[in-house]
Amino acid sequence: MTVIDNQIASDESIAAGNGVLGQRMLRKEDPALLTGEAVYTNDMVVPGALYMAVLRSPHAHATITSIDTSAALALPGVHSVYTGADMADQWAAPMPCAWPVTDDMKNPAHYPLAVSKVAYVGDGVACVLAETDSIAHDAIELIDVDYDVHRAVIDLEAALSDDVVIHDELGTNASYTWPLLIEENDGDCQKAIDEAVYVVSERYVQQRLIPMAMEPRAVVALPQPFGGDMTLYSATQVPHILKVMTALTLGIPEHQLRVVCPAVGGGFGSKLDVYAEELLCVQLARTLKVPVRWNEERSENALATVHGRAQIQDIELAADADGKLTGMRVRLTADMGAYLQLVTPGIPLFGAFLYAGVYELPKAYDFSCTGVFTTMTPTDAYRGAGRPEATYAIEHAMDALARKVGIDPLELRRRNFIPKGSYPYEAFTGLVYDSGDHDKAASIAEGLLDYAGMRARQAEQNTPGSTKRLGIGVSTYFEMCGLAPSRVLASLNYSAGGWESATVRVLPTSKIQVVTGTAPHGQGHETAWSMIAADRFGVDPADVDVLHSDTAIAPLGLDTYGSRSLPVGGVAITMACDKVIDKARKIAAHQMEANEEDLEFSGGAFRVAGSPDKEMPLAAIAFEAFTAHDLPDGLEPNLEAQVTYDPPNFSWPFGTHMCAVEIDTETGDVDLLQYVAVDDCGNKVNPLIVDGQVHGGVVQGIAQALYEEARYDDDGTLQSSTLAEYLVPAASDVPPITLGESITPSPSNPLGVKGVGEAGTIGAAPCVMNAVVDALSGLGVQDIQMPASPLNVWNAIQQAQANHQETNQ
Amino acid sequence: MRHDGGHTSAHDKPGGFSVEVSININGTRQTHDVEPRTLLVQYIREHAGLTGTNIGCDTSSCGACSIHLNGEAVKSCTILAAQADGQEIKTIEGMADADGTLHPMQQAFMENHGLQCGYCTPGMVMAATSLLDEIPNPSEEDVRLGLEGNLCRCTGYHNIVKSVLAAASA
Repeated sequence: MTVIDNQIASDESIAAGNGVLGQRMLRKEDPALLTGEAVYTNDMVVPGALYMAVLRSPHAHATITSIDTSAALALPGVHSVYTGADMADQWAAPMPCAWPVTDDMKNPAHYPLAVSKVAYVGDGVACVLAETDSIAHDAIELIDVDYDVHRAVIDLEAALSDDVVIHDELGTNASYTWPLLIEENDGDCQKAIDEAVYVVSERYVQQRLIPMAMEPRAVVALPQPFGGDMTLYSATQVPHILKVMTALTLGIPEHQLRVVCPAVGGGFGSKLDVYAEELLCVQLARTLKVPVRWNEERSENALATVHGRAQIQDIELAADADGKLTGMRVRLTADMGAYLQLVTPGIPLFGAFLYAGVYELPKAYDFSCTGVFTTMTPTDAYRGAGRPEATYAIEHAMDALARKVGIDPLELRRRNFIPKGSYPYEAFTGLVYDSGDHDKAASIAEGLLDYAGMRARQAEQNTPGSTKRLGIGVSTYFEMCGLAPSRVLASLNYSAGGWESATVRVLPTSKIQVVTGTAPHGQGHETAWSMIAADRFGVDPADVDVLHSDTAIAPLGLDTYGSRSLPVGGVAITMACDKVIDKARKIAAHQMEANEEDLEFSGGAFRVAGSPDKEMPLAAIAFEAFTAHDLPDGLEPNLEAQVTYDPPNFSWPFGTHMCAVEIDTETGDVDLLQYVAVDDCGNKVNPLIVDGQVHGGVVQGIAQALYEEARYDDDGTLQSSTLAEYLVPAASDVPPITLGESITPSPSNPLGVKGVGEAGTIGAAPCVMNAVVDALSGLGVQDIQMPASPLNVWNAIQQAQANHQETNQ
Repeated sequence: MRHDGGHTSAHDKPGGFSVEVSININGTRQTHDVEPRTLLVQYIREHAGLTGTNIGCDTSSCGACSIHLNGEAVKSCTILAAQADGQEIKTIEGMADADGTLHPMQQAFMENHGLQCGYCTPGMVMAATSLLDEIPNPSEEDVRLGLEGNLCRCTGYHNIVKSVLAAASA
C-alpha cells in the first residue's frame, strides 16, 4: 500500500477567493428541470430510429436448447430479430470488467446476449428491432425459447460448495479470494484475540439492494454512416469510461466514437457501468446504418441494471478491559451475481481499509474477501460501494462491544476515536487520513439529539411491560472517497487512473467556459463549478458556463462516482483557473507596464499594488489575448488552460449520525422519531447542494435499514422487481433530517474540500439498526436482520421471548 | 371496426386499429389517432410531444408521470388516452407563464433545493400543486402523506417537503 503524504496548505488559497464559495446559490440546472425543458435520453426525437426490446431469461440458470424467432419476425413493423448466437461473432471482446482484483481471479466471458446458457433471470437472450417501442415489446413475446433448466444458486455459502457450478468453464463458483493481512509480527491478530478481555464475534448480512435511480436507463445509438462516426447517447454516469470500453468491446476506432449523456436522472452507482444494451444498440446501428434506441422499463431495470451490497460479513473484534480495540478479523463473502460487471469484484475491497472506522487499531488486522458467483443479477457499485458495508459492520459491532463492556456506546466510541491532535494520521493500513475531529462531530450530534435527555427518556419509557420501546442509535464514519490517487488504484489492480481534467477558457467577451470531465446526474455541477471559477476570477457565476458529459466537448475525463467530482474535478478546475490567471497576469503586466509580482488580482481586475486606481479588468485582458495585437513576446494568444489533476490522497470526510426510534413490540413497526447527521466534508462550495446530498444519502441508508431488499425465491426469481414490491421509501416513510455543521478543511487540496455524495448513506444504516437493537436488547433481542421490517422485528421479539422462556424452564 | 357516431372515432389504419383522441393540453386542443391501448402518458409524450412528463415505473407506483386532469393530479399511466378524450389536462410545460415566470410551486422547489436529478420533479410539482388546492395550509405531515404516491430517490424528501410548505405560505 502506498503511503501518501502530500500536504497543501489550504488557508492561503481559500483566502485568495472572492467570496463566492460557501454561498447557498440557487442551482442553474433547475429552471430546465422544473419546466420539463430538460432532455433525458428517452426524450430525444430521432427520426428513423428502430426501437430495440430485449427478451430476457425467465430462468435463473438454464441451457438454451432452441430459439424460434419466426413468429416475431412475421409481426408487422418488426425489422429484425437477433439471438446471442446470431451476434456471437460481432464482439471484439467480452463485456469489460476493469478490476481484476487478483491475478487468478475467475471471470466468465460475458456477452451482451447469452449464447448457450443463461445465468440469471433477466439475462438477455434475444433482441428485436421494430418501428415502434410497442411493436418491439409485442414481438419479444412471440419469440419461443426452449430451455433445459438447472438448479438456481442463490445462497452464498451453498454456492461455495460448488454443488452446482454456474459457469462450467470455470469449474467453481468462487471468483477470487483477496486477503489483506496487516501485522507488525506474524500472528498479531490471533494473539490480540487470544489475549483480549472482550471478544465480539458477529455475523451480519448485507441484503441485496436495487439502486432504483428514478430514470431507468436509456440508449440512442446514432450512426453517421457516411462519415464513419457513431454517437452513443446514454443515461450513464461514465461517458468517458463508456467510450473507451465501447471502442474496445466493439472494435470501433475510439476517435470515431462520441458519447453524450443528456440529462441523467440519478445513478447512485448503477449507471457506472458498461451495459449490454449500450453495446447492442451501437453494434446494430453500426451494422444496419440506422439509429437504434432502447428504453428500459422499471421491472427490467430491477433485473438488468446492477444491484448492490449482498455480502455476508463475519467480524471479530478484540478489545482490552477499557473497550479499546486491540485487533480485528474480517471475513467477507461477497455476492458477485452471475457475471463480473465493470467494477464488481473491487466493490467489497473498498471497504477493506475502513473496517476500523474512525478508531485507533494496532497492526493486528486480518481481512479476507471471497467473491462468489450466484445466479442473480450482477452486483456492482451502489452508493458508498463497499464502504457502507464496512461501516455497518464496525459500527454495529461496536454497539455489541459496548453491551459486552457494559458502557454507553457513545462513550465506547470516544475511547477509541483517533485523537484530534494526531492528524495527518497514518492508519494501520498505511493510508494517511488527512484530517479529522471526531469528538467535535460527535458532540454536535449529541447536542442536536439531546443524547442525555433521550437516554433519560428511554430509561423511563422502556419498562418491562412497555409495548412502545425507545431506541437510540449512534454511528460514526470515515469515508474514503475522492477516487483516487492513480498509484493507489494501481496497487489495487484497478485498470484505470483516478485523475480528473478541466479546461478553463476566457472568451473574447470575457465570459468564461469551464470544461469538466465530471458527469453530473443530479449533483449540481453546473452551479458548483461555476461558483469555483467565479470565485477564482472574481466574476458573477452567471458569466460562467460549464460544459460536460459530451466526449466531443470534454474529451478527457473519468466521470462522476465515488464522491470524487469536487475533490478531484473541482480541484482541477481551480488549478486551471489559476493557470489562466497566471497568463492573464503576464498580459496585464505587459499592458500596464508593471512587474507581474506587483500586480494584485481581485474582483476580476488586476491592480498595481499601491496604486489602486490603475487597473486592468479581465474583460480587457481577454480581448487583448484574443486580438493578439500586443502580447508579450513568445506568449500564445487566447486565455485558456487545461489541467489534469491526480489527487495526492483520498478524500476523508467523517461524521457522526444519531437517531431515535420507537418500536411497537406488538406489530414490529419501527417509527423513526428523529435523525441527526453531522457530516464534515471540509469546506463547502455550495452548502445548499451539500445539505441536499446528505439528506438524500441518509434516506438511502435508512432505506437499507428499514425497507429495501431484493428478495429471490429458491428458483432464483426476483420477488421484488417492481416499485410496488421493492419499497423505496416515500415522503411519509422518513422523518425530517436535522443537520449539524462541522467543517474541518482538507489539507490535501487547495479548496480544502472533501467528497460528500456517499457520506449520508454510509452513516445511516448502522445508525438506524443500532437504534433498533438498542430498543429491543432489553427484551433479549441480540440482533435483527436488515431490513428491520415489521415482520423481521416481530419475529426477533418472538424468538427472544421464546428463548427467554426456554431459559426459565 | 368503425364507430362514427360519438366524439371518439375508431378506424383501421395500416398496421392496426386506432382511435382518434382529442384532448385540451395546456390550453390547446390536440387531436391524434392512437392505438386504443395507448396510455395517457404515452399520448402526452409520443403524440403531443411533451416530454416533460416522465415515466419512472410500470406499476403506477412512482408518480413521475403525474399531471392534472380537469384540475386534479392523476398519474397519467393509470388511464388510457381514450379515457381522457374531450377533457382538459395540464402538464409541467403548462405551469410557468409564457414569459418564463415560474409557477409559485416551481419557484419554491428552486429556492428550497427541492430537486436534484429532476426526473421525479415534474410529477412532484404537479402532485404538490394539487395537494395545495385540496389543503391550502398543510402541516408537514399533510405534505408527507399527500406526496406518498410520488417517489424521489435523490432528495430524501426533506427539501421537497420544505418547498411545498414554502409554496403554501407564499
